Amino acid sequence: MQTLNLEYHAADRAARRAHVGVVGSGDLEILFEPGTDPTASVRVRTTVDGFDVVWRRVLDAFFAHHPVAGRYELNDFGATPGIVSLRLLQVLETSRKPAHPERNRI
Amino acid sequence: MSDIPASVADRPELQALWHRHSFVELDARARAFSLLDEDTGQEYCDPFDRIESPWLEPQGLVPESDDGLVVVKGLLAGESCVVIGIEGAFQGGSIGEVSGAKAACALQLAARDARTGQPISAVLLLETGGVRLQEGTLGLNAVAEILSALLELRGMRPVIGVVAGPLGSYGGMSIVAGLCTRVVLTHEGRLGFNGAQVIESEAGVAEFDSSDHALIWSVNGPAQRYATGLADAVVLDDVPAVRQAVITAVAAGVPEHHRSEELDVLAARLSPSDGGQARFSLPGLGIPVAPSPGQDSLAASHPGSAQQRGAES
Amino acid sequence: MSRSQTWFDALSTQTLPSPYRSIAIADSDLGSGTPARLLAVVPDPDNEFPRARHGEVGLLEGIGLAHAIREVIELDSGLADDQRRSIVAVVDIPSQAYGRLEEQFGEHLYIAAAVDAYAAARVAGHPVIALVVGSAISGGFLAHGLQASQILALDDDKIEIQAIHKPAAARITLRTIAELDELAKIVTPLSFDVREWATLGYCDGLLKVSNPDQPTGADVSLASGALRDAVARARLGQRDLTNRLQSAQAQHARRASLQARRRLTEQWA
Repeated sequence: MQTLNLEYHAADRAARRAHVGVVGSGDLEILFEPGTDPTASVRVRTTVDGFDVVWRRVLDAFFAHHPVAGRYELNDFGATPGIVSLRLLQVLETSRKPAHPERNRI
Repeated sequence: MSDIPASVADRPELQALWHRHSFVELDARARAFSLLDEDTGQEYCDPFDRIESPWLEPQGLVPESDDGLVVVKGLLAGESCVVIGIEGAFQGGSIGEVSGAKAACALQLAARDARTGQPISAVLLLETGGVRLQEGTLGLNAVAEILSALLELRGMRPVIGVVAGPLGSYGGMSIVAGLCTRVVLTHEGRLGFNGAQVIESEAGVAEFDSSDHALIWSVNGPAQRYATGLADAVVLDDVPAVRQAVITAVAAGVPEHHRSEELDVLAARLSPSDGGQARFSLPGLGIPVAPSPGQDSLAASHPGSAQQRGAES
Repeated sequence: MSRSQTWFDALSTQTLPSPYRSIAIADSDLGSGTPARLLAVVPDPDNEFPRARHGEVGLLEGIGLAHAIREVIELDSGLADDQRRSIVAVVDIPSQAYGRLEEQFGEHLYIAAAVDAYAAARVAGHPVIALVVGSAISGGFLAHGLQASQILALDDDKIEIQAIHKPAAARITLRTIAELDELAKIVTPLSFDVREWATLGYCDGLLKVSNPDQPTGADVSLASGALRDAVARARLGQRDLTNRLQSAQAQHARRASLQARRRLTEQWA
């Protein structure tokens, strides 16, 4: 397994933290927490080694279009680039939804 | 609501299927929240607490932030209830040190509340292959602790097991189903101890052909389990149907004796029937069960037999 | 002969008739006035269930254990809690029974019956002591031993306490046995070495005997003494399994469990 850490300049803000996905075969989970610095810091833990270039390309493309500041933790079990992009979109979409009152713990 | 085709509109029995909101397609978290009264669920030790397994990264496996088990407390038909949901997609729904600790602790806290006048029932979503082998003896002990904690609560408030599928409930965690006050299955839920592949590896293909899916379903599937008294309800894979079955199961309260205490019933199921032809019977199916062909000779000489296993280990 | 039969015979003074050939039952004294019911699952070559002939816990064994335990609970129910006799599980079990009949009848429920009875005895005040003299694997150990207040094991290379036996572990996790052995050096819960298992926090004693296969008089004396000490600790301790989290080893080996429990308890409103 491999851990990758990347950082992007990111000026947009999000309101809330959000979580999507599961660490199942062909899938990943993403934890997102908004940040005040204009930075998106990403940690990827993945079961499949040696795909650094692919990860970089997928994340470069994502943050070019969605420069949302905060911390992103991706726990990946062999998802395709398509699934990774989808989950990233989902996590930001979820962070824009109104908070569920009973789930709103700091 | 989508337009119903005429072929379905004419058939009321198909309408439930058409309109269903699949429970099986939800992940564990969504299942747990979907069972509780709307807007009452609160998750504990959620992903952002990041309480993960310490044993997976050293083996090249990526941990999940909730270790594959969610604990959500809320109201069920207005009464306090904790739903403990196993995520089947993570490591086959297996129980490790942390997920086991979460489940056992939640059951013990519920028991503590029940003892101090705040009754709270528990629902266990059993989507599991049993002990997480990658966590060996700590996984095994974690299951033992869950069983003990369940028994602490069961005498005071119902503990309901739900087996929805697609994975079903297998392995040591099926003992949980055996101890539950009541068990609800969907039409897609299988319940057993040893999976077909494990039995085939240990005992040979004549004992259990793991490629024979019809056999698997006829043994572990909801029809057989319900007919033989191992499950209390079988429902459509539909969120409202599962929720209603769980509400009904909790409302039925704590029985005087649980299934796992009724030794006479368990023994009677195994007694030779009169006449001596059929050695065992399965009440509810009305058919005797003969041993699989060649079972006696297989037991002694098969490569999977214990004698040879003893030589290997 | 299986070690469970050997050690059961060595430790027991009065064997009782058992409804099932695969369950050995004895009411004995462990010395110094320590009455105990000894239970063992032993090989039964004539078991009606062919997949349960080598000491596995299957359908009959689940009921047999449950019945023998509940009988003791009933017999001692009139006594004060601290007078109730101990129950000693002598453990050498290859696994649960693997079979089609077992699945049809619902082996998970028959094993649950034994688990239920052991836990009920413990909660009623009977010290429940497990003595592992051979294998203690998977569903077999869950049924017979893992609900104990105290777990002792022989300090011996043939002791095998694990979630599944090694060849199956390798096959299911897609590793070679050599790879598993290497992993076990850094992931202690994977170890098949009883001394490593003992560092995980729920071992209450390792017994070094001179002849684990054929215990001598001195070996039996040592084991009886260790059992008596375990009974005393069980009587003083709690009737749930929290001692498995409170031991010195657990503070280190099970710190993830402790952290999870602490966080959940803090948050629980």
